[in-house]
Amino acid sequence: MLYFSRFKVFSIFLVLLVGIYFFIPNFFSLNKNFFLSDQKVNLGLDLQGGSYILLEIDAKPLIDQKIQSKSLELRRELRKNNISYNNFKVGKDSLSFNFDNKQKSALNNLLSDNTINNNIGPSGKELLISVNENEAVIKFTNDLLNLIKKNALEQSIEIVRNRIDELGTKEPNIITRGTDRILVELPGLKDPSEIKKLLGKTAKLTFRFLSNTNDESSLGIEILNSSKKDFKYNVEKRIVISGENLIDAQPGFDQLSNSSVVNFKLDNLGARKFALASKNNIGRNLAIVLDNEVISAPVIRDAIVTGNGQISGNFSSKEANELAILLRSGALPAPLNIIEERTVGPDLGKESIEKGIISLLIGMLLVILYMIYNYRIFGVFANISLFANLILIISILSIFGSTLTLPGIAGIILTVGMAVDSNVLIYERVKEELKIEKSNLIAFDTAYKKVLTTILDSNITTLIAAFVLYYMGSGPVKGFAITLAIGIISTFFTTYVFGRYLVSLYVKKNKDNLIKI
Amino acid sequence: MSLYDKHYNFLKFKNVFMSVSLVLFVISIILFFTKGLNLGVDFKGGTVIEMKFEQTNNSEDIRKSLLKINLGDVKVKEFGSDKDFLATIEQKGKNNNFVGSIKNHLEKDLNKKVDFRRVEVVGSKISNELTRDGIYSVVLALILMLVYIWFRFEWQFSLGSIVALVHDVIITIGTFSLIGYEFNLSIVAAILTIVGYSMNDTVIIYDRIREFLKKDDKKELSELINDSINSTLSRTLKTSGTTLLALISIYFFGGEILKGFSFALIWGILIGTYSSIFVASPILIYFKVKRNWEEIIDTSP
Repeated sequence: MLYFSRFKVFSIFLVLLVGIYFFIPNFFSLNKNFFLSDQKVNLGLDLQGGSYILLEIDAKPLIDQKIQSKSLELRRELRKNNISYNNFKVGKDSLSFNFDNKQKSALNNLLSDNTINNNIGPSGKELLISVNENEAVIKFTNDLLNLIKKNALEQSIEIVRNRIDELGTKEPNIITRGTDRILVELPGLKDPSEIKKLLGKTAKLTFRFLSNTNDESSLGIEILNSSKKDFKYNVEKRIVISGENLIDAQPGFDQLSNSSVVNFKLDNLGARKFALASKNNIGRNLAIVLDNEVISAPVIRDAIVTGNGQISGNFSSKEANELAILLRSGALPAPLNIIEERTVGPDLGKESIEKGIISLLIGMLLVILYMIYNYRIFGVFANISLFANLILIISILSIFGSTLTLPGIAGIILTVGMAVDSNVLIYERVKEELKIEKSNLIAFDTAYKKVLTTILDSNITTLIAAFVLYYMGSGPVKGFAITLAIGIISTFFTTYVFGRYLVSLYVKKNKDNLIKI
Repeated sequence: MSLYDKHYNFLKFKNVFMSVSLVLFVISIILFFTKGLNLGVDFKGGTVIEMKFEQTNNSEDIRKSLLKINLGDVKVKEFGSDKDFLATIEQKGKNNNFVGSIKNHLEKDLNKKVDFRRVEVVGSKISNELTRDGIYSVVLALILMLVYIWFRFEWQFSLGSIVALVHDVIITIGTFSLIGYEFNLSIVAAILTIVGYSMNDTVIIYDRIREFLKKDDKKELSELINDSINSTLSRTLKTSGTTLLALISIYFFGGEILKGFSFALIWGILIGTYSSIFVASPILIYFKVKRNWEEIIDTSP
């Protein structure tokens, strides 16, 4: 246990050198060309400041939509096959109707057909169909519900990314979480309210004519609020063109009305539709509707054939810019709700780092004094290992680009306290062995041997706790688990390998002297 | 002779200590179900805002001002200085401009500039998930420990250590209920760390018990366990000592955010050290641990 081959000694120092190589860049900003690495520890949002926003897709409107279209399709097919039905009901995610028992086999044939009940993937089906005596119940399968959510999620994440990129925040992290959530991390952002405003809108844009009739009960008409004034419009449900036909939108300024506007450009299909509609409806009001609110409803004076247009609505320049961003990035398939938000200001993050470092230094100083008081020269060895340990922990964090959080710093400080445990275990054991064994070499050797299983057993239990924390915990807590786990592993190296080497040098030199711990 | 070299009889009053532990355990459970925990927004849902004023202020004024807009229950406390405050608000705000409107209201109503340094909004769905995950993670950690110790030792050791761990966890939760400190995600992290740490302590004593059992199978079990506790005592106390030094440093210098967390850890280390000596070890006597260790068990890793 006290013998170290040259190769082993070389390896130990190599590990320490690599550690120092990755440790130093964290504390000094160096020239790019310098030979040191420029990888640094990744600071968590709670230390560098920033926002963590968890969004959830409200898939209900999409499921509603799907069930409506399914019900139309089903009724059409029933009529086509001459199956009479009555009492047709549309539920939240199911359809039901009554039928004549004589037609049961025809109905079964129709329902088992792939045109109604499409396949999802290799084994899934869209619908769960149960046909009783004279009632059929058709329910959306979980596969279908998940597919709807998944598609919406995939579309949404692109749009969310577009909108955030437009605002030009640095290095946003946008990923999906589970089946219906999007996680947005915005480092360095002081106030996320701008982005929250942008993410809260689905931004469904439609151009629809105002109704000529004033009959509110008319079928193809709905009443919508104006976005600015306390005013209501009768708007046709029929859509002339929608936001999907937009290829560009930019904020601009209209000299005539002296206000900000949004200029847009339509794609070919949109331009043709727009030209046709405007030609045939000169003199009518065209409502520009965003998320079921009328922005404005200008009168069409001429046929618009260029595919270019302007939206005016008494905007401030900020509002015009926002609207342009929303239109450029496209409409969300479904509303997104913020279900969790955590924001830390950058100055609080800086303060946390300072306090973390101060408590680390004080904690370390206390432990160092305590070890020297208890173990004299061996305490010094333990303290050297402790420094090596700290360097290794920071360098491992840098190498893997792990995220250091405030609880993570606490994890490092805790490691400092617990790291000397292995030393304490060893030295206490040496004390016992020295009582029964005369030779220093043998006493130290057996102590190291005997204590190994104890060190492993006791550290593995803490590692188990750290792993559970990592898998179940979120954000900052994960950071704690990471430093705790790295700390345990690096502690084993610095105390049991490097520390043992230091002790072996001392013991070999003093093998015939009386060693007192 | 130093403090550590004396030979104490830890098992002399084992029934007294076991009863004390049992009473604390039961009180903790009663407290949990009657008084309950002061749950943070992580588990209850709601909004937390850490704010800094340019001038001094007092928490009651801020609370009164916040109550004017409809936010549900509002709690405000000083957070480190008389310019820093922490407001806990029941509402989570459907509106995306919820936090901004609170800030506008405060600045107008109090006529003072305020900086929101930290904002956490947790919806009820998330808080339910976090609660579930928190409970799962503690239970999972306990089960994994149980299995690991079973695998490395005998079932009596495994059971004994788990009894001690559950004892630590429940009494820590009881303590939080009693003093009303906020119970949030970081406290769960602290509890898991305590589980790991207390286990660490227990394993080291158990390891020694196993070693002595192999060496000598004639000695009275209680005497043997007592010897094991004594011969590991200086290690147990010294390690707890260094760990406490580090934690005390976090408690006093690490800032307000880490206060509850480091308090939980300090308390947990104390209770964990106690339980390793006075619960986990004596309980082996009741479980009638196996005496015949003739077949050599390979303990090499």
